[in-house]
Amino acid sequence: MSQIFHHSTNVLARVTLFGAIFAAGGGVWALYGLARSSWVTQQHVQRDQPIPFSHQHHAGGMGVDCRYCHTAVESSAKAGIPPTKTCMNCHSQIWSDSPTLEPVRASFRNDTAIEWVRVHDLPDFVYFNHSVHVNNGFGCSTCHGRIDQMPLVHQQSSLLMEWCLECHRAPERFVRPKSEVFNIAYEAPADQLEMGRRLVSEYQLKPRTSCSTCHR
Amino acid sequence: MSDAIDRTTRLRAEAARLRERLEATSGPQYWKSLNELARTPEFEAFVNREFPEGASEWQDPAGRRDFMRVMSASLALAGLTACTKQPEEKIVPYVKQPEGLVPGRPLLFASAVLDRGYARGVLVESHEGRPTKLEGNPEHPDSLGASDVLGQAEILNLYDPDRSQAILNLGEIRTWGAFVAAMKAVVEVQAPLGGAGLRILTETVTSPALAQQIEDLLRALPQAKWHQFAPVSADNARAGAVLAFGEPVETYYRFERADVVLSLEADFASSGPGSVRYLREFAKRRKVSGERAEMNRLYVAESSPSLAGSVADHRFPMPSSAVEAFARAVAAGVGLAVEGVVASRPHSSWAAAVARDLAAHPGASLVIAGESQPPAVHALAHAVNEKLGNLGRTVVHTAPVAARSVDHLESLAELVKDLKEGKVSALFILGANPVHTAPPDLGFADAIDRAALRIHSGLHEDETSERCHWHVPAAHALESWGDARAYDGTVTLQQPLIAPLYGGRTTGEVLGALTARPDRTAHDLVREYWRARVTGVVPPPLQLAGAPAPAAPASPAGRAQATPATPDPAVAAANARFETLWRRALHDGVIADTALPEKTLSVRPGDWTKAPAARAASGIEIVFRPDPNVFDGRFVNNGWLQELPRPLTKITWENAVLMGPATAARLGVRTEETARGSWTDTVEVALGEARVKGPAFVLPGHAEDCVTLHLGYGRRRAGRVGSGIGFDAYPLRRSDALWFAGGATLAKTGERVKLACTQDHWTIEAEADRAASKRHILRATTAQRYNEHPEVLKEMGEEPPRSLTLYRDEEHPYNGNAWGLAIDMNACVGCNACVVACVSENNIPVVGKEQVSRGREMHWIRVDRYYSGDPGQPESLETHHQPVMCMHCENAPCEVVCPVAATTHNEEGLNDMVYNRCVGTRYCSNNCPYKVRRFNFFLYQDWTTPSLKLMRNPEVSVRSRGVMEKCTYCVQRITRARIDARSENRPVKDGEIQTACQQACPAGAIVFGDVNDPTSRIAKQRSEPRHYGLLTELNTRPRTTYLGAVRNPNPEIANG
Repeated sequence: MSQIFHHSTNVLARVTLFGAIFAAGGGVWALYGLARSSWVTQQHVQRDQPIPFSHQHHAGGMGVDCRYCHTAVESSAKAGIPPTKTCMNCHSQIWSDSPTLEPVRASFRNDTAIEWVRVHDLPDFVYFNHSVHVNNGFGCSTCHGRIDQMPLVHQQSSLLMEWCLECHRAPERFVRPKSEVFNIAYEAPADQLEMGRRLVSEYQLKPRTSCSTCHR
Repeated sequence: MSDAIDRTTRLRAEAARLRERLEATSGPQYWKSLNELARTPEFEAFVNREFPEGASEWQDPAGRRDFMRVMSASLALAGLTACTKQPEEKIVPYVKQPEGLVPGRPLLFASAVLDRGYARGVLVESHEGRPTKLEGNPEHPDSLGASDVLGQAEILNLYDPDRSQAILNLGEIRTWGAFVAAMKAVVEVQAPLGGAGLRILTETVTSPALAQQIEDLLRALPQAKWHQFAPVSADNARAGAVLAFGEPVETYYRFERADVVLSLEADFASSGPGSVRYLREFAKRRKVSGERAEMNRLYVAESSPSLAGSVADHRFPMPSSAVEAFARAVAAGVGLAVEGVVASRPHSSWAAAVARDLAAHPGASLVIAGESQPPAVHALAHAVNEKLGNLGRTVVHTAPVAARSVDHLESLAELVKDLKEGKVSALFILGANPVHTAPPDLGFADAIDRAALRIHSGLHEDETSERCHWHVPAAHALESWGDARAYDGTVTLQQPLIAPLYGGRTTGEVLGALTARPDRTAHDLVREYWRARVTGVVPPPLQLAGAPAPAAPASPAGRAQATPATPDPAVAAANARFETLWRRALHDGVIADTALPEKTLSVRPGDWTKAPAARAASGIEIVFRPDPNVFDGRFVNNGWLQELPRPLTKITWENAVLMGPATAARLGVRTEETARGSWTDTVEVALGEARVKGPAFVLPGHAEDCVTLHLGYGRRRAGRVGSGIGFDAYPLRRSDALWFAGGATLAKTGERVKLACTQDHWTIEAEADRAASKRHILRATTAQRYNEHPEVLKEMGEEPPRSLTLYRDEEHPYNGNAWGLAIDMNACVGCNACVVACVSENNIPVVGKEQVSRGREMHWIRVDRYYSGDPGQPESLETHHQPVMCMHCENAPCEVVCPVAATTHNEEGLNDMVYNRCVGTRYCSNNCPYKVRRFNFFLYQDWTTPSLKLMRNPEVSVRSRGVMEKCTYCVQRITRARIDARSENRPVKDGEIQTACQQACPAGAIVFGDVNDPTSRIAKQRSEPRHYGLLTELNTRPRTTYLGAVRNPNPEIANG
């Protein structure tokens, strides 16, 4: 009985079989990449805000401390977005006629809140707490980056769980002296690991990696 | 026809078999239902499954095709959900942030909720202006930091989307201005007549400010009348006080000082003024510590089993009508000259023994009569208490707490008479629902239409509002300013936690529409009253609407009135004193030193010592009780309360005709547990002309020849949750027999219906080891046996040595905090406050009757109710309550079977449940020997109703479909305390973390803490001789453990 398939079909079969594996692997790789892409994580994506508030100008240029506006950061899970009143503390005196600031004045006048677009948005099943981090030697810039150089704030880090665990598993890589927490321009020293280990023991840091630390 | 005969014969045969097995009583020592006792095949099949048969199957009427049609799109898109990004969210900060508020940290405000008109102090947790949870106020005398079922559920009443939302006139929406104008017109007609046609009907009013306002109004309109009616009132207690002392006095009790307590149908433990404190004090005297059991002793004589009866050392089941003769015998036994003493045994011998025990504890005993007993029984209780020297010690009398103490029934009867005579032209019904609740023979529902103008105010549109011209939505307690007195008279302030969601008005504001200052807010009203009380400055007399404007301009803040133009230093000082007192009172929740002074009274002889006229009642006696969950019907639209299993019957979503086993057997009533619910016979209860039909339920311990009907169901117009479920017992409740009525008849209708009863759900099977008597889920003993051998409870089970494990201990050292929880079963009375507190704290959904009957209820805590003894001899029955939640086993069987590691252990010993990892295999719940895991078979949460979103605890994830959940030990509270301690560089203090169930528990039965800290309360509990764990022989090493029950029976009374 003669061959039904020509000899060359063997090649086709091999290509198809191995190709399937590569295609599946490629698919997984693509999904893996997609889940970590900034399209999903929104890392480095600038958002339009109702008022083009510049952290570069306020925190960088004017040197306003983070806590002037984010008052709850040392005592609460949330850092707190300032009420309009905080803006008006200064802007009732300076730039009080600026058309850019009209939405702020309107908010204060009409008692209607300014609706900011959330930049750092964790999933609803994640419970992050700012106070426990800033009170234990983890600086604002470690997660948020050089906010003082951002005209419009974007998300510096991926905020994926693997990113959280990077630090929770090895806090010595990121810890800094408590006095430097709010220093936005802080640069890690060359002996970070050595200093980190010293601070971890001095601050008695025991970062938790159990699920209920963040999920509940 | 022959089918029916076959069926009847079969049923008879089965009933006979059941009876035989009951009689043999070869079952376990403790049982949860009669089916378990008899080990019916249905029960065996039921209990051996993880979920009831079919619980995990698609059983809705929709067929396979419908299912495919609905699901195909969802299935096709399901794979893509992982690739979606989160939707953009907005952050909406304050414009001006309130002082003292830190975003992300809840604030607590002291306020009050009302129970039968009496205040119960609460602390309300508020998240950025949203009240989310009620806790007890530790500084309030009634609460002492605890709360009860109704108080915990009040938060859902606030956010109930079915609350009435607009002022209605003949069904048309009107403005407040239109209502004020209409009231002005009423006053213009009524003022010249002195208010002769004006009637105000309220429930019990204890608010001093509101009472003053009504009295002022009556002074301006002297012919107007104020009536009060509540279906569950203290009329009998009031009349009893008049009989005994000649004046209506209030009685409250100090259980802490009582060694021997006799309750004559008084359920002091479940609801009513003072009940939370009573339970705390009572339980305090039952917590056995160390090797000697020194505890109080409780006797309860009652017909319908109550919570107090369930934990009594001796419960004497008898018809309600027989309690009086029993009380007379006890009174005679302590040496009082009374007639009508019960002569028949065993009641007479019980009474003699009780009397001897009471007499042996003069000044440290307590006799308490229930609201359901006639005035003579209350008078007898007073006389016995006086004779034993208890007055001023365990029993305290004060002036009435209610602002104007009246007999509610008389008051309503007078109103109906005036209505029938056409004397009423304007009727205000404020907060009450008399069309549904008034005794039918008074004819209120027919007479109400004789009033020319009817105005109703209430939280819901109800049976009464639909008969009224005007309906004004009432403001909820958490939306109102106000004041009210607690059981001892302590004035409790109410402050609003949120602006009225639906523009509701308080009772004071509605009545304010009749005055010249209709825009005075509740805040003005209560502050003006207390300013006048404190400063002594008499406010100007009340001006009626339409009168010339008052001299001082009405200022919305209400502050200008008392401040004269030229500041008088004395007045200024008084005002400053008031402001200080007000701020203090707002912070504390109570106005200090406002408890009513104790009265010294002596009992006067009277007709009550004579034997009562013999009742010629034969047949069945009906006992009326407010429903333990929906009370008189006002909470019927509250899904939490509907789904909460009743403490003793474990029925959800409806009421039933409760009866004892012998009565049921005589009638041929049969209840059968199946996969789809409990099937039971329907019976018809007839009293005179009136008859109602409802499902029969056999309740062990119920007095025979009596049936209990719970009030509050069968509401025609309550809301989407509560309308049209259960049966209405009010039509049988005549004014001459409000609490029990003899001469009724009971007949089986032949119809069988389904009840959603959870008594057999989640039963821990103990069959395998019962023979070896090594597995005792429930451990109980008597004080006598305990004193002889304190280890008796410990020895009922075995605990494998810690070395008996494949895991190495150093892998899980638990050397930091190790959380554990212990439940004292001697303190627990099964009141369910923990269950509702847990629902509120942890965003637990309501699933509905159909789902409950399939064993899909979501409560993280269940309270297992066990009986022991012979159901044929109700006095021999012993009842125990055992709350069961996740045990947080150190060797957790659930963890090893999870394929996706969605349930894992943390370093503090918590068994974590990770919702976002769970894929819903349910292997974990299949492997849980305690049956404490709950699965979201459907999307049970309401994700769309806006008001319910406001209610949720933001600290806890809202779970979706297909996810397993269970008790977390309130991990959100642990985390908060841990972070706070970490920020302050200190360890977590003992007692700093309270789980929601622990905080709510009125009995203080639950203790939570660090088992590694030898000084902690939990560590001490764990070293008690009474301490034991459930199923420890499985080597699960549970962190939730129990303290076994010790009862203190009187050796003189030999029970079976």
